[in-house]
Amino acid sequence: MGNCVNFHFDIDGDNFTSAGEASVRIKKSLREMGFTPDVIRRVSVAMYEGEINMVIHANGGTADVNVYVDKIEIILADNGPGISNIELAMQEGYSTAPDNIRSLGFGAGMGLPNMKNYTDDMKIESEVGKGTTVFMTVNV
Amino acid sequence: MVIRQIAELLSAKVLCGEDKLDGVVNSACGCDMMSDVLAFVKDQAVLITGLCNPQVVRTAIMMDMRCIVFVRGKMPPADVLDLAEESGIVVLATNERMYVACGKLYQSGLHGGEVV
Repeated sequence: MGNCVNFHFDIDGDNFTSAGEASVRIKKSLREMGFTPDVIRRVSVAMYEGEINMVIHANGGTADVNVYVDKIEIILADNGPGISNIELAMQEGYSTAPDNIRSLGFGAGMGLPNMKNYTDDMKIESEVGKGTTVFMTVNV
Repeated sequence: MVIRQIAELLSAKVLCGEDKLDGVVNSACGCDMMSDVLAFVKDQAVLITGLCNPQVVRTAIMMDMRCIVFVRGKMPPADVLDLAEESGIVVLATNERMYVACGKLYQSGLHGGEVV
């Protein structure tokens, strides 16, 4: 597997204003590490959507980014309410976000589909009442 | 189009990034849903929006955009401007409504570009 650089973030679930800070930091770090703009955008957008989801739905969680030479893994884990129907949640336009979140510019039901579109592989493990973990990989 | 020209066409105030007004941009998008910006923007360098919170700037950062135009007289709070300044993004504010702002820029040659 080779060398791996890990970045770990705790995502504050109480503060929509700060949501996305970790993704901005990852974007800067990947730029400093010399990845291409396309890879950087795919990783940072997928992670940003995930961060926003964790703040809206799950009272925060953790984000881990594992950077390898040939791929970047993003693992987002929360102890939120879980997703009861993952297939439905993956449909474009389906959202359970409250109205106040729409007034902030999110909750259009594009988050999970967008995360899938921007990554090469995405897997969701979720248990109702326990939480959700999203595993994403972007190949370099 | 040069960013300075956007400010002139919309009679916009420059709230930050004065030193980057000579930057050239080739396409724009007008949107209040940041989810849609993240889903549909490809290489648009200008974001025209009436939404006024830090997520607008973070979305622009994610999409490598260079200029944000706040319409309808919206004035972003200091934390929003600080974030834009740190990220090298020009912020303009105009009293024009979204439809008119987009129309004026489109008519002057700033088109929509490709979408994802």
